[in-house]
Formats: sequence, structure tokens, C-alpha cells
Amino acid sequence: MHRRLFPVLSGLSLCFFLVAPVLIVGAPYESTMGLVQKIFYFHFPAWMAMFLAIFILGISSGVYLFRRKPSADRLAVAAAELAVVFGLMGLITGPLWGIKAWGVWWQWDARLTMAVVLELILVAYLLLRQYGGAGSDRLAAGLGLFAMANVPFLYISTEIWRTVHPRTSVVPTLPVDFGVPLWWSLVGFIVLCLSLLSVRCRLEEQRAMLDQLYLAVEEE
Amino acid sequence: MWEKRRLSVVGLGLVVLLLISGDILGAAQPTEAAQDGFVPMGEIPPEDQLPAAPLLVAAYAIVWALAIGYLWTIWRRLAEVEKELADVARRVEERESVPENG
Amino acid sequence: MNRFLQVAWLVVWKDLRVEARSKEMLFTTLFFAISIVLVFSFGFVRAGQAVEGAAAGILWIAMAFSGTLALGRAFERERYHDALRGLLLAPVDRPAIYLGKLVGLLLLLSLVETVVAVLVAFLFGVPFFRHGWWLFLMLSLGTVGFASVGTLFSAMLVRTRSRTVLLPVLLYPVTIPVLIMGVSGTTALVQAEPDLAMARLWISLLFFFDTVFLTLALWTFEPVMTE
Repeated sequence: MHRRLFPVLSGLSLCFFLVAPVLIVGAPYESTMGLVQKIFYFHFPAWMAMFLAIFILGISSGVYLFRRKPSADRLAVAAAELAVVFGLMGLITGPLWGIKAWGVWWQWDARLTMAVVLELILVAYLLLRQYGGAGSDRLAAGLGLFAMANVPFLYISTEIWRTVHPRTSVVPTLPVDFGVPLWWSLVGFIVLCLSLLSVRCRLEEQRAMLDQLYLAVEEE
Repeated sequence: MWEKRRLSVVGLGLVVLLLISGDILGAAQPTEAAQDGFVPMGEIPPEDQLPAAPLLVAAYAIVWALAIGYLWTIWRRLAEVEKELADVARRVEERESVPENG
Repeated sequence: MNRFLQVAWLVVWKDLRVEARSKEMLFTTLFFAISIVLVFSFGFVRAGQAVEGAAAGILWIAMAFSGTLALGRAFERERYHDALRGLLLAPVDRPAIYLGKLVGLLLLLSLVETVVAVLVAFLFGVPFFRHGWWLFLMLSLGTVGFASVGTLFSAMLVRTRSRTVLLPVLLYPVTIPVLIMGVSGTTALVQAEPDLAMARLWISLLFFFDTVFLTLALWTFEPVMTE
């Protein structure tokens, strides 16, 4: 299944990313932030891709924990890695935008705070899988479920926490002229996420096949 | 085999894309007006001490680099595992052909 | 249901009896919490005075750190002589074991937190007990949230290689909402003009968090612990 999926998806995402710069350049400048606001067209979709990956992580963790399907575990690992990568994209493009729009590299904005915490949880997941030893697949599945369950709480708590303090960022409203390149990039990122997921899953499948082969060889 | 060729084509395409988008974005730079004197403002003005274009290009470049870099790490790990798979499969075959002599 | 609670109570009773003999966990956790508070009081000092507003944070950090210490050893005794396997092989609902462990931990932590709260109020001159019942509610809910996740993770990691370092690595990011909610709520209670409405909001959010994660933990304890 994955053999056909990856070329199709990557080709599709390539199309999206080829057209995206044209659309982004064509979008109007935001009145207070000017050119740098255009980081938004990659920044926001990167976050959405990360949320998609976290969602996939949570669901497949649940499936693995309660149904013991090995494919679900492989999908969970792939999704966690992808979430870290897309999270990094968001965390790096954010300050690059922020230094211009806010004048500071970092600000305890609600979204940024939540993003950092989520990234921490995901890195913890990967650390557990790497250094946890035998049986860490089930433990990680538990953690994956908890990570997904935590997203709404992180969102609510950081949102309320930060609105008590004054915010200096200008939150852009979204007329159609801004919307088109945004949604285009968003779809592009989601397709990219799915395509990377498919090839990463294939890596896990091959590893599982290798483990089985080793076991078969040892039995002889 | 299909992975290596397809992946290298995709990787090449993405690199070309990076160069192209850099060009397009470079052509879209607005001129920066200089500021004389201090004018108290409530919000950051469109023209600023910090030139925005390098930040924008850096942001896009990093996104591309992360995507391509990650794809490359997957490709590398996949190549390793497949090499090992071929090795082990070969060893299994050799072992199965030995009993003929015994 | 009765049997479930009976089993949970048996686990609590067993832990209490073992602990009563040496009182090791109680004394060491208590001492550790006090040291943390002192370290912070030395760390957060400006011009010889305690930094304003640090008290709420220190209270909750002391809870988190000493909680992690206690959690790390929650299943320690069961590691020896295959006691954990014996416990798991018993023909009982496994989540009941989890609940028993959780209650035991909550008892320990509530004792520790009482001492810490008094100490912080004393050292930093904060009116913790002006709205004592609100603070009590907030601390209880926060501790339940923290400990419910922690007990599950601690059980999960009991047979894992790098468990001592992995427990904090896994636990802290997941329980950050508890910290945010707890600290914000406590600050709302002890600030110059206490904001009771905000405090109530944080308390209800904490309650929501506890419900979700306690349920999740009870639900996943069985599949996670099965070999």
C-alpha cells in the first residue's frame, strides 16, 4: 500500500509547494507587519500539520494499546517523529516572525507556550522509545494517548493564563486575499505530512520485517 | 530500488524548488523608507530597523531544510535496513543450500 | 464495585503497614520538600527580600518535585522478589491496584504539602490561609491530577531500564497544565485583592483535568501493564 502512496502524495505536495510561492507573493501585505507577516503562510500550516500528527499519534496509540495491531504502533512512531519535525518548523519560524513583529525573539504567548510544551511531550515520547528498552512500545502508546488528551487542556490553560497579562502582538484578521494562499499552503502541508508519514511507516515495516527475519534465522 | 530513484528525484525537485522560491520572494522586496527623528507610535510601523526580507527567506529556507533533511534521514535509515534485509535473506539462502552436502 | 474498592483499600492498607514500620518514604520525602523550599527561598531573593509573587510557584514546584520523588519509589518495593508479578497475577481488577497505589501516594503527599504550605507561608509572608478552604481544594485537585498521571507512568516504567530519569522526563511535560492552573489559581487567591472568580475558574479546570486523566489512567492501566 505504501509503495504507491508515497510517490503520489509527494508528487501532490510538490505541486502545492510549487504554486504556493506564487500565491504568497500575490497576497496583500498586512498593514502593520508588512512583508514579514508572510511567514504566516508556512508558520500556521506547520502547526496544523503538527496537530494532525499528534491526533494520528493519539488514535494509533489507543488502537495499539487496546487492539495490539503492530501497524498501529508503527504509525504512532512515525506520527510522533513527524510531529516533532513540524513542531520545530513552527517553533523556528515563530521567533523569526516575532523578532520583527514584536521586537523580541520570544514571548510567553499562549500559543508559543503550548507549542513548546507539546514539543517537550513528543520528544519525551521519542526518548522513551529510544532508551526505554523492551516493552517500551506499550508504555509509549500510553504516553501518546495522554499527549493527545492533553492538547485541549494545554490550549485552555495557556490561553487563559496569557490573556490575563497584556499582549502586544497584533493578531491578523483574515480576509479572502489572505485566506487563499493560507488554505493552499495548509493543504500542501497536510499532504506533505501524509506523504512523509507513508515513507516513515515503510521504514518501520522494513525494520519489523528485519527483526522477524533475525528471529527466524536464530531459530534454525 | 524504486525508493532510491524516486526519493532522489523528489529530493532534487525540492532543492530546485527552494532555489526558485528564493528568487521569486527576492523579487518581491519592498523598498525600505528611512525614519528621521523619533515618532511615538502605538504599534510597530511598516518600515522598521530590521529588514524583513532576510527573516522571511530564512523562515522559508528553514522549513524547506527541515522537510528535506528529515526526508533524507528517512531515506538513509531505509537504505541501511534494506541492505541488512538483503544480507540476512542471503545468509538464510546460503544456509538452506548447505544441507545438500550433508 | 464493592470488590473493586475492597481491593484498592487492601493495597492502601498494605502500603501503610509497610511504611509504618520504617517511615522511610515519609521522612525522606518531607525532608526533600523542605530542602526544595529552602533552596528556592535562597534562590529567589532580591536585595535581601523574597521576590514578590514567587510563593505560589514555589509551593507547586515543591509539590511537583517531592511528588516525583515519592512516585519514583511508589512501586519500588514491588520490584523485589517478583512482588509486582504476584500482585498483577492476583485475580482482581488491575485498576484497583492502581487506585490503591494512588490513594496511598495522595495520603503521603497531602501530609508533605501541608507542611510545605505552612513553611512557605511562614518564609514568604503570604496569606495562604486567608482563603484556606479554596487553597485546600486547589492543592487537592492539583495533587490528584499530578499523582494520577504519575502513578500510571511510575507503574509503566517499573521494569524499564532508565526508569529513574525517564519518569520526570515523561511526567513533567504532561502535567504542565496542572502547574499552570495551580500556580495561577493560587496567585489569584493570595494576591493583594484576591480574585475569587478566577480561582473558581482554575479550580473547575483542575477538576476537569482530574476527571479526564484519572479516567484515562484507570482505562489504560490494564493494557499497559500486561506483558
